[in-house]
Amino acid sequence: MIDPVTLAVLKGRLEQIADEMDATLFRSAFNPIIAEAHDASHGLYHTKTGETLVQGKSGLPIFVGAMSFAVKAVIEKASKDGDLADGDIYIFNDPYDGGTHLSDFRLVQPFYRDGQIFCFLASVGHWHDVGGNVPGNYNPVATESFQEGMLIPPVKLFCKGELRQDVVDILLANSRLPGSLYGDLNGQINALDLGMRRMKALLDEYSDTIVAEALLELRNRAAKMMAANISDLPDGTYSAEDFLDNDGIVDKPLKIALDMTIKDDRMTLDFSRTSDACAGPVNISLSTAIASIYVATKHLFTEVPANAGVLEPIEVIIPDSSLLNVHAPKPVGGYTETILRIIDVIFCALADVAPERVNGCAYGTINALSLAGFRKDKSRWVMFSFFGGGHGGHPEGDGLNHGNAPISTATIPPAEILEAAYPVMFTQWGLRPDSGGPGRHRGGLGAIYEIELLEENADVFLFGERGKFAPPGVVGGKPAALNKFTYQQQDGDYIPPMVSKMVGIKLKKGQCVRLETPGGGGYGLPFEREPAAVARDVALGFVSQQNAVRDYSVALDQNGDVNARQTTKLRKAVQS
Amino acid sequence: MSENGPRYVIGVDVGGTFTDVFFLNEVSGHCEVTKVPSTPADQSKGFIEGIRQKIANFADVSTVVHGTTVGTNALLERNGSRTGIITTQGFRDVLEMRRRDRPNTWGLWGQYEPVVPRNRRVEVAERTLADGTIRTTVDAGEVKRAAHRLLELGCQSACIVFINAYANSANERTALKILREIWPNSHVGASSDILPEIREFERTSTTTLNAYLQPVVASYLHKLEQALHDDGFEGEVLIVQSNGGVMSVDTARQLPVRTTLSGPAAGVIASGFIASEAGFPNVITCDMGGTSFDVSLVVNGQSSLAAQTSIDFGLTVRTPMIEMTTIGAGGGSIASVDPGGLLQVGPLSAGSDPGPVCYGLGNERPTVTDANVVLGRINADKPIGGKLGRLDVEAAKTAIDTHVATPLGLDVMRAAEAVIRVANSKMAGAIRLVSIERGYDPKNFSAMPFGGGGALHAGALIKEVGLKSALVPRYPGINSALGCTIADMRHDFVQTVNGILGQLDISGLDKQLSGLAVNGLQLLENTGVEFESSEVRFELDMSYLGQTHTVDVTVPLDFDGTSTGISTDIISSVFEIRYREVYGKPLSGIPVRVLNLRVSAIGRRPKFDLTMLAPADGVALEDACTGTRQVWFDNAFHKTGIYQRLPLSVGTHIPGPAILEQPDATICIEPELEGRVDRFGNLIITRNQKGLSHA
Repeated sequence: MIDPVTLAVLKGRLEQIADEMDATLFRSAFNPIIAEAHDASHGLYHTKTGETLVQGKSGLPIFVGAMSFAVKAVIEKASKDGDLADGDIYIFNDPYDGGTHLSDFRLVQPFYRDGQIFCFLASVGHWHDVGGNVPGNYNPVATESFQEGMLIPPVKLFCKGELRQDVVDILLANSRLPGSLYGDLNGQINALDLGMRRMKALLDEYSDTIVAEALLELRNRAAKMMAANISDLPDGTYSAEDFLDNDGIVDKPLKIALDMTIKDDRMTLDFSRTSDACAGPVNISLSTAIASIYVATKHLFTEVPANAGVLEPIEVIIPDSSLLNVHAPKPVGGYTETILRIIDVIFCALADVAPERVNGCAYGTINALSLAGFRKDKSRWVMFSFFGGGHGGHPEGDGLNHGNAPISTATIPPAEILEAAYPVMFTQWGLRPDSGGPGRHRGGLGAIYEIELLEENADVFLFGERGKFAPPGVVGGKPAALNKFTYQQQDGDYIPPMVSKMVGIKLKKGQCVRLETPGGGGYGLPFEREPAAVARDVALGFVSQQNAVRDYSVALDQNGDVNARQTTKLRKAVQS
Repeated sequence: MSENGPRYVIGVDVGGTFTDVFFLNEVSGHCEVTKVPSTPADQSKGFIEGIRQKIANFADVSTVVHGTTVGTNALLERNGSRTGIITTQGFRDVLEMRRRDRPNTWGLWGQYEPVVPRNRRVEVAERTLADGTIRTTVDAGEVKRAAHRLLELGCQSACIVFINAYANSANERTALKILREIWPNSHVGASSDILPEIREFERTSTTTLNAYLQPVVASYLHKLEQALHDDGFEGEVLIVQSNGGVMSVDTARQLPVRTTLSGPAAGVIASGFIASEAGFPNVITCDMGGTSFDVSLVVNGQSSLAAQTSIDFGLTVRTPMIEMTTIGAGGGSIASVDPGGLLQVGPLSAGSDPGPVCYGLGNERPTVTDANVVLGRINADKPIGGKLGRLDVEAAKTAIDTHVATPLGLDVMRAAEAVIRVANSKMAGAIRLVSIERGYDPKNFSAMPFGGGGALHAGALIKEVGLKSALVPRYPGINSALGCTIADMRHDFVQTVNGILGQLDISGLDKQLSGLAVNGLQLLENTGVEFESSEVRFELDMSYLGQTHTVDVTVPLDFDGTSTGISTDIISSVFEIRYREVYGKPLSGIPVRVLNLRVSAIGRRPKFDLTMLAPADGVALEDACTGTRQVWFDNAFHKTGIYQRLPLSVGTHIPGPAILEQPDATICIEPELEGRVDRFGNLIITRNQKGLSHA
């Protein structure tokens, strides 16, 4: 067996290779979704199963789980064709096989040693525009994936080291932003090239046998750690449900339900009570669902290494009819919203048995907002960005104000960069008072972004959620504020009929759109919050005086200090 | 200053535990060093005490150069001044919203407390657009009211940050003028003066942290100058900046945010100089402290600069600084076995208090230092620094046995060696990161350890990373103080341009570059410091249109006092070369964008002859031997010679295994390695014949 010291050393070396691949793409990418938001990932994958062996620390969390399905898809395609060779690189974005959505392009390359495949290397990145009806590809009214963008099945981008320019030409012809696509594609090729060189050097140094043994051992250890974590939880079945506002087509809530069963060192996640597949783009494929379970698990058990072993003690039940298990051509463009809900129900179900592990739910929507139009010189512009919100209160304190989504490590582009690149002006970029869920530890605050158009005309698209069902609190904590979007027209302000989803809003110069995002859910009972902390929240404008009374039963005097007598009275009343 | 008497340049580095002082007598060429305990409550006390140890008459001192941690500590401990921000309507929360990040990838329990709470961030109606157009002029009355409000709230310092002020600073200037009229002290600033660069969070954070530090650093520098003058000092005080250059006390008072990496930067500067002189232009400096291991790259004698750093989550400082990669692997890093049975070293650390188990101050979990003690590599009877009497080897052994050996099924010696191997491997990872990732082959580099512990691991790093050699400077423990005495003066400027090459007004660009060059040279002249020569460097941050990350492109220009001679052709050719260096293939047909321009004015300060550090009448190896000890290397005990390092004469050859001791550091030469004392008194460690054949 491999000695524990070499194992620890190799773990670091292997992770470093994936990290370096991430860094190469982040720095050379053209589109801000990769360069700034780090919506990309790299890793090493198993020769036969495609399982994740090693994942970079800096890549997008949701890809950790999803990429193994992508590699698996390539393995199957290659075995069917029977012509896999050294120097081949497959490219594809099929979300049904590979998970997530059409914007994510995966490059998968076999790494050969002495004529045998040692492992696969893969790179995935979110491209700026891949065709479809909506610039940026978040089409909230899609009913088929054809309306979301081009779909490329696994095809060879490189054949024995030779680039197939015809494939590149097809890709370029199908994007509104071919320059950006070309830059990102090259960045991903460079990242794979670097990974191949680093792997070769590592195997030359340590021998193939030792590294292979280390990979196997790391997987087994992750499985063992996860099993140990599960066996610490009391046996039983714990349930939670939450809802998506609608699918963008029919204004009807969609249920995401979980029955979590703990038995000894195994966990079963049964999503059978979840709604069936829907018409609009909040469906997801099974691979995406499993990837999101992985993300939730890693947030709860942070010390478990990032590889496929984590999922070994976890059984997942999702019926074929479910909106969590759809097939082509059901639309899946808004996958982010659905997986955020999966993560939320896992936190909520676990809150019953392991309150010390969980936190209030985060804002729970990525709010993909795009403004697009043409400049005076006829050039096209597309401003596309995701917006932030609050994180949940947690055992150690209040939730983080204005954080990124749990499925991502994305940062937001600065307002000044957006204003310099596009004809828009932010009239507000601030925290949203009263948006954090009340609790002993308050949820973090969401944000208000208000954007004024400086060009004559623009089309606006929004894909968001949590407009009707707020991010829940846990352990007695209360929900955060709802997501709210308003757009200005000549005769006043409007709210979309589907609340947080809409296409083709026509905006004229001087008109604004306004996005008010949810905060995070609270943790613990609000009337257990220190009155002084509530007074501070009011002084800072995080909580209104009115809500201090309503949500926290804290009365303040004219100077903003706690009125102790009144507060005691109020709190007694709530508790009885 | 006394006629014909000694004339000293003194470097002082104040660290958390010790204040190091390096004395250079410019007349005799003689050097001395001293180490005294730091005085955290008032750092100037230890500072003066350190100088007094060797200097009777402060009038003999011409220059004191200081690497300070006052600013860094104020940031880390969050005890800067009470600060207020006046900002554009709609943007008061920029500081608190950051770039919408979180502290850790996994786990959602992050928290962040901005240094300026929301009620001290006041908005005024004003607006500049991205192209520099003023849409709303700032109202004087409103700024006055905002300033009074901040004063009522007890603010000691204040800053102005307006959106898009990098494109046009007119509204900020107007507001700053009003603020100055009202404010009772000089601790005010505007973002367009501190960092006229696009990206509102980074500019807000840097400007705010500057204001936050102004009163603290100014009062410290005042106390320091006062104390020096009370002792008869009449010379110049210079402060080391994060970029490795020095600045005047006046500049430091205005721009304290530039001191955040002051001490470590001086150490890197010293390393670059010592290594170049010794014939090693390419080194990787390794500073090992209690909790961290800082690595920095020196190529051709030049250290590389990073554009920004975060002192802590959300505490972003954007100003050029010596690029340092820090990992959590210091002497105090705790070794443990995780539930999956994997040996881990760090990131938890016992720091220096309570410190390693062997310190006997209450920590019971084994650290890297404990492993070194158990292996016999550290002298338990003579700990460095002199604060502790002796180290508790048995306690260290027990801790390693309980927490590492038993869970892994190893004996205690093997477990201790495993801890060192994992720690070495983490350090090696950091070295790979700064070299290979940037396209440099470690084979062409030498490790240069400084700090107290680095030299214990340097040999292992040669083997692990494939470095050419290791160079242990004569005084690894006072490297930063030495660096202070030789650092050049340097002033950096940045300005966002944001134009497309080809459409860019080149004569306008030349005017901007020349204007900043003149400013920089003026600043150098105003200090009254004598320079051997001065130089202006020009750099552009560039990218292809559509990319958001830029590459730094050095533009070779000769500034003749009025013009730089810059042209579109020069810019596009240097960009292409640089892009190829960084990413490989340049892309054809895509327009090229110039985002920022950067100008640095550098005044070269005289260097001294390092041979003065060499032992004058050295002794042979056997005469420096203080005994032998059983030291564990490669799964076995080896009888190992213990030597005093400092008396060893130039040219001495030291075969491994050997342990060399000096008051400020311990050096370990492993089997298969050998050491040699060069003409400056540095120790050069390389592979021996056997080691070479194994490499």
